[in-house]
Amino acid sequence: MPMAAADIEKLIRESLPDAQVTIQDLRGDGDHYAALVVSSAFEGISRVKQHQMVYAALQGRMGGELHALALQTATPEAD
Amino acid sequence: MSAKEMIQGEVDTNDVVLFMKGNVQFPQCGFSANVVQILTYLGVEFKDINVLENDELRQGIKDFSAWPTIPQLYVKGEFVGGCDIIREMFETGELKPLLEEKGIALVAQ
Repeated sequence: MPMAAADIEKLIRESLPDAQVTIQDLRGDGDHYAALVVSSAFEGISRVKQHQMVYAALQGRMGGELHALALQTATPEAD
Repeated sequence: MSAKEMIQGEVDTNDVVLFMKGNVQFPQCGFSANVVQILTYLGVEFKDINVLENDELRQGIKDFSAWPTIPQLYVKGEFVGGCDIIREMFETGELKPLLEEKGIALVAQ
């Protein structure tokens, strides 16, 4: 069961309240998204850890329900 | 041997290891193929491990690195990232220096 972009955004926001989330549905199938997540919570954190924070926010859906999410993360001033 | 032991063995004995879907000749996923292209372009020798051949390995690698997706690149035993991060590091010019810093030979193409 693919995911709706709005659900992805909502989940990310629940863990990263200040996050600005931009989601693009790459193929219109609800399974292949690109997302840019900008949050001050990423400051001073390695890219791998930043992505892991977003995956954690998605509560295990990444790689299962959500097949592909091309992810980019940034801190507010770097954006 | 458990998946964890097998993975640990591979990343300890090979400088650069790519856990991927398919193999270098026949990548079976766009993200895996993308990382293979980048490594080949940089002239990096690496060991490709096809996680599709073994379900225990396919899940084990995700637990090993606490990373939910494939491919996964390891350099000198350290998890560097999945497709997004490798592509971003390549595009920003961070990947080559990282490899050189870790003493990985880059054979000019």
